[in-house]
Amino acid sequence: MFDGFDALLLARIQFAFTVSFHFIFPALSIGLASYLMVLEGLWLKTGKQLYLDLFKYWLKIFAITFAMGVVSGIVMSYQFGTNWAVFSDKAGPVIGPLMAYEVLTAFFLEAGFLGVMLFGMNRVGKGLHFAATFMVAFGTFVSAFWILSVNSWMQTPVGFEMGANGQFLPGESWWDIVFSPSFPYRLVHTVLAAYLTTAFVVGGVGAWHLLKDRTNAHARKMFSMAMWMAALVVPIQIFAGDMHGLNTLEHQPPKVMAMEGHFESHPDGAPLYLFGIPDQDAQELRYAIGIPKLSSLILKHDPDASLDGLDTVPRDEQPPVAVVFWTFRIMVGLGFAMLGVGLWSLFARMRGKLYDWKWLHRAALLMGPSGFIAVIAGWVTTEVGRQPWVIYGLLRTADAASPLDAPAVGASLLAFVIVYFTVFGVGVWYILRLMKAPPHAGEKGVKRTEKGPVRTAGITPGPTQNPGHNPDTLPSNHEEADDGR
Amino acid sequence: MDVNVDLTVVWAFIIAFAVFAYVVMDGFDLGIGILFPSFEVGRERDRAMNSIAPVWDGNETWLVLGGGGLFAAFPLAYAVILPATYPLIIAMLLGLVFRGVAFEFRWRDPSHRRLWDFAFTGGSLVAAMAQGMTLGALLQGIDVVDRAYAGSWFDWFTPYTLLTGIGTVAGYALLGACWLVWKLDGEAQAHARTLAKRAAWATLILMGGVSIYNLGLRPEYADRWLTAPEIYFAAPVPILTGLIALALLRSLSVERHSKPFWLSLALFFFGMAGLGVTMWPYVVPPGLTIWDVAAPERSQVFMLIGVGITMPLIIAYTAWAYWVFRGKVGDEGYH
Repeated sequence: MFDGFDALLLARIQFAFTVSFHFIFPALSIGLASYLMVLEGLWLKTGKQLYLDLFKYWLKIFAITFAMGVVSGIVMSYQFGTNWAVFSDKAGPVIGPLMAYEVLTAFFLEAGFLGVMLFGMNRVGKGLHFAATFMVAFGTFVSAFWILSVNSWMQTPVGFEMGANGQFLPGESWWDIVFSPSFPYRLVHTVLAAYLTTAFVVGGVGAWHLLKDRTNAHARKMFSMAMWMAALVVPIQIFAGDMHGLNTLEHQPPKVMAMEGHFESHPDGAPLYLFGIPDQDAQELRYAIGIPKLSSLILKHDPDASLDGLDTVPRDEQPPVAVVFWTFRIMVGLGFAMLGVGLWSLFARMRGKLYDWKWLHRAALLMGPSGFIAVIAGWVTTEVGRQPWVIYGLLRTADAASPLDAPAVGASLLAFVIVYFTVFGVGVWYILRLMKAPPHAGEKGVKRTEKGPVRTAGITPGPTQNPGHNPDTLPSNHEEADDGR
Repeated sequence: MDVNVDLTVVWAFIIAFAVFAYVVMDGFDLGIGILFPSFEVGRERDRAMNSIAPVWDGNETWLVLGGGGLFAAFPLAYAVILPATYPLIIAMLLGLVFRGVAFEFRWRDPSHRRLWDFAFTGGSLVAAMAQGMTLGALLQGIDVVDRAYAGSWFDWFTPYTLLTGIGTVAGYALLGACWLVWKLDGEAQAHARTLAKRAAWATLILMGGVSIYNLGLRPEYADRWLTAPEIYFAAPVPILTGLIALALLRSLSVERHSKPFWLSLALFFFGMAGLGVTMWPYVVPPGLTIWDVAAPERSQVFMLIGVGITMPLIIAYTAWAYWVFRGKVGDEGYH
């Protein structure tokens, strides 16, 4: 099996598959950790049980999401060495330290405080528990910081020297390497994307329960919070995305050409193509429908500005245009659909109908998973758009792979596909089932007993046999029964 | 240049520390997974799992530090070892996927519990076996030509690596059983103690087997252990290991709580020290020393600053997290 395949292609498919699958989980857990922190903070500030209920409701979903993110993330930390050994050897001195910093400053922080966040509410005080939640949320952000720094350096490499042994070596300043030219834009755009992904998930779940029961106070609260995010943060994200695009035009013009479908150069104003079928062999965009001069207006702030096309790029340095062209349109299209929902919710709120307009709730439900599709589409745009380079302009993807036979890479790819779809498929199903249950007063935390409330076995005190006393709703209560020592 | 040489040694010890921390900390998690089928369904299994649920994620992070640290400090070693042990690494990662999700998934649906318990054990067993075999593959030597692995993708599979794999499974089972002796009480604790005794014997026999095999594995290994003056530095390792083994067996027969766990940690520590003596200063025997594969000084210095600042904090808050969940697990069920 796999003997007739190209090991390089299989390795690329494997990386694309494992990283895309992985990113689904942090896209949610980055946002959800912050959302949990906000909920716990509001609970501590107002003392309202509602916030604690919502915290516990989303904590269960967070626990599953985070576990899947961790196990799929460990795979990523070894993918570089298993399948991209030449890249690892050459780029290790520059990007290895950044990844080591990610482990030291982010992974340990998240993992160290996660146990207390999930199971420790009755074991430490409220303040310390909130601190643990904060540390987990902060850790997810720090993790994004470092890994996006690595990715950005590979997209816009600066601050290095070439070693005699062919390695990229760090130059004088680590600051230059960490803050490479595309990094600030990518960081803002990606972190906002994670927040919006979470907001639309929370909004979708809230909408689902509002459609079932418009009076559910918990559903109302989560829907309202999510719609504030949609209304306020989507416009910021569209602006940040535009800035990121301008940065890409400066540093990776062929990527923007592919995004825009500009095969030909436009010396006096380039059109914005809304639709077309890219034909890379013929080097033309078939059936193109565009708005004249709008692309130049967006990218150069001048309708008559000259824009180069892919005719200025050698064929063997062009990215695969069709993939980039379409994924970019999917991302942007979803972004504007999100903006639509945000504005609609603002209008409904002004009219006092936020919890009444069923079509708004249906739209929000439909848009629930939109963030995931948008972030994956965006990543495909930027990663396929920088091909054929793995370190932009310097190391080709084709020259970076491990010396492995196709059967080895193919077999492992097959194993990843089977395991990921079954294991994470079941995990997503568990999450959907948790989401289906309506949030309610007296929400339980992360359960640690097998057969329901008969007995408690575990670190969190389960519900005791004593009726009228539910330790889950009294998180600061240091029960002897809890410690049990 | 002198500074660079020293930093390379410093980094070798940092990576060794990360690997040791991983092996003992995730070792007891994986060991509990390996022993899981022998626990009674229900309360005994729930308590065994709950004893590690709050800490397993932190424990596993040391594996990322070991891998990421190797990538950063010794990139060529990372780029050679991973392709050379490719199927083992993939198997380990997939094993860890099953093991990791089982912590959350087994509570979600009682009718799936049996399936995820099986995944927990299977994943732990595969991961432990793959880690032990990777170690064996490294010790038996890796062919390197022009900064790249030059063998085929099943070179690692030998009787020796099977032995190191089984030895690691036994060792992890010992750590897991000793952890449970500490964290459980009553009948469950007695059960764990019985398991710990068996695992201790298996571990000691297999450790001895691997040690003797090592002497014949490569001629330079025997030289490091058996000729003067090296023997004077090397000899205390097996002697101390033997003393700890005796203390461990004794602590298991006199019903101590935490002592067997600490002694099994010590056993692993001296096992690693022995490996250090065998390999030093090679990181990829027989051809690559730590200096051959080291990152440049600028990378080493930059990371050392990070380690210097964060490691004391990491150790402090990790210790705090363990302290929060101290004591016996799940006594409240008796009330």
